[in-house]
Amino acid sequence: MTLILLVEQVLNGLQFGIMLFLLAAGLTLIFGVMGLINLAHGSLYMIGAFCAAAAAAATGSFLLGLVAALAGAAAAGALIELLVIRRLYARDHLDQVLATFALILIFSEGTRWVFGSFPLYLDVPEALAGPVTLPGGIQYPLYRLTLIGAGLSVAAGLFWLIARTRIGVQIRAGENDREMIAALGVDIDRLYTFVFALGAALAGLAGALVGAIQSVQVGMGEPVLILAFVTIVIGGIGSIKGALVGAVLVGLTDTLGALFLPALFELVMAPAAATQTGAALASMAIYILMAGVLIWRPTGLYGARA
Amino acid sequence: MTFKRLALATAAAAALATSALAEVKVGMITTLSGGGASLGLDVRDGFLLALEQSGRDDIEVVIEDDQRKPDVAVQLADKMVQSEKVDVLTGIIWSNLAMAVVPSVTAQGKFYLSPNAGPSQLAGRGCHQNYFNVAWQNDAFYEAAGSWASENGIGSVILMAPNYPAGVDGITGFKRFFEGTVEDEIYTRLGQTDYAAEIAQIRASEAEMLFYFLPGGMGISFMKQYSGSGAETPVMGPAFSFDQGILGAIGEAALGVRNTAHWSKDLDVPGNADFVAAFEEAYGRLPSLYAAQGYDTGLLLVSAVETADVSDPDAFRAALKAADFQSVRGDFAFADNHHPIQDIYMREVVKEGDVVTNRIIGTAATEHTDAYGPDCNM
Repeated sequence: MTLILLVEQVLNGLQFGIMLFLLAAGLTLIFGVMGLINLAHGSLYMIGAFCAAAAAAATGSFLLGLVAALAGAAAAGALIELLVIRRLYARDHLDQVLATFALILIFSEGTRWVFGSFPLYLDVPEALAGPVTLPGGIQYPLYRLTLIGAGLSVAAGLFWLIARTRIGVQIRAGENDREMIAALGVDIDRLYTFVFALGAALAGLAGALVGAIQSVQVGMGEPVLILAFVTIVIGGIGSIKGALVGAVLVGLTDTLGALFLPALFELVMAPAAATQTGAALASMAIYILMAGVLIWRPTGLYGARA
Repeated sequence: MTFKRLALATAAAAALATSALAEVKVGMITTLSGGGASLGLDVRDGFLLALEQSGRDDIEVVIEDDQRKPDVAVQLADKMVQSEKVDVLTGIIWSNLAMAVVPSVTAQGKFYLSPNAGPSQLAGRGCHQNYFNVAWQNDAFYEAAGSWASENGIGSVILMAPNYPAGVDGITGFKRFFEGTVEDEIYTRLGQTDYAAEIAQIRASEAEMLFYFLPGGMGISFMKQYSGSGAETPVMGPAFSFDQGILGAIGEAALGVRNTAHWSKDLDVPGNADFVAAFEEAYGRLPSLYAAQGYDTGLLLVSAVETADVSDPDAFRAALKAADFQSVRGDFAFADNHHPIQDIYMREVVKEGDVVTNRIIGTAATEHTDAYGPDCNM
């Protein structure tokens, strides 16, 4: 194992984590502000990817695809907030889970109805294709570097929005005491719709960015949704900072676990058995991490103390 | 296109279903929704095309969606056997579903024609006189790839597959006939979408070739990421990772990849060109190997119905075993365990005009048959 391989894997883990953050940020915001468990968040991720693929195929421009992803996912988010989610705030979590699970099924079959069962084509834009050579002779895909950069900028923008703007103040106030800010004259319905659409747009952006290097197909949102939930549980539900730290932790654990665990087992086992055991344990690594964090801090790294 | 395809398929199914004098009733249980629906759709459409072309109106088809769930498939099979009273079942795509359904329906005296799944259990100890596999035994493409690599002077490979039974079987199948060294075996998570870590490992290895089996979306993700990573190890795999539906989503990133298959749309055997043209005209897309398997399954059924009556099981079984039809794969026969004896080809991914597709570059295995036949006592 060389240093180059290690650095490359750390970059991979970082990139994975940053993309996970885009998804987890919306999820944690929605839970923090509205107390809603949104299982359909993965569907919004899928809608982003499909909008991007359709727009990129029609116009030939990846950038327009990204715009379409943001707009499409935000519109879908606002729409389901107005039509469905709004009725669920006062209900208990089981009702919310049931209703948003139904949304997953509706979105999946709806997407299949519109786009068909075959995966769509969406590729990395020409200008960002291929690898670049980093200092130290590391070859790394330019697109993945761009993802890290883009994700960090979005994270910075989100922190600025929450910490420095009026709407951010309202969001933070809404997390603490929704009756009080409603009494102070803030239009709470509009705030909820905005937060939901913002979360949806971030998920859609992640779907489009990741869709270019993965498969744009129905059901692509569900596996990553589970990871996003793990992320916000580790980070502390409701905390954007927690989502960022949790996402990077999950990304690094997953990537480095897949690299080191098989090698570690090879010290004590036959190679074939070591590979299989290591791979099996590596896929559990993030859940072990989650369990560890929860034992140490039951409300997550940055969660409010109960 | 989707609507046209669905409309045609429904019309075909309806036309078949309304024939009053149906003598043979076929139950098709296949995957038409969820991830992997594209395989079921291709099998269904290929099968219906063959029945439609035969011009027979005495074959009735009942089609149901198993949603890729074994429990649903079992329920549907019970329904088809008990209330629909079908004579022949077909359609299942996935090995785990086939294992849940096939032993029970064949034990009840029904015929089962497998258009896709070929688990080793059903080829060996668990073989049954009423079970016919029209596609392949699961190991076939891997074994052919392994022997092709040895014959073409590939000295070392790196192998990669998801960590589940079919993935492990695939790697085992490849190694059965490969004589060089295996540098590394990478087992990925089932459903994994990001392969950056594995790609880095592959690039760090000295292997002359990468052989991988990643079905569906996993293969799409991997190939796109691999081609953007600057890794230069040539790639080979079974056709499942490079069928027509998948190539459309990977695009040019797949160019040059080698893959093993029993069929290709440019295969020069009688009837194949007509099949490709008819399929494209009927459904508005290129046929995949799953469509070819569905088509062959339909042809086999028609050939048996033409020579024997399904109410006489022994005669019908003999008619099926004879495999008296012109397969779009060329020479086709059943071995004693009712699994195919067929040639397996090496294909290369090329661009024809704007379409990324496969072209045959050679034969990987001649008259290939599976390794489990000796265990079968029928």
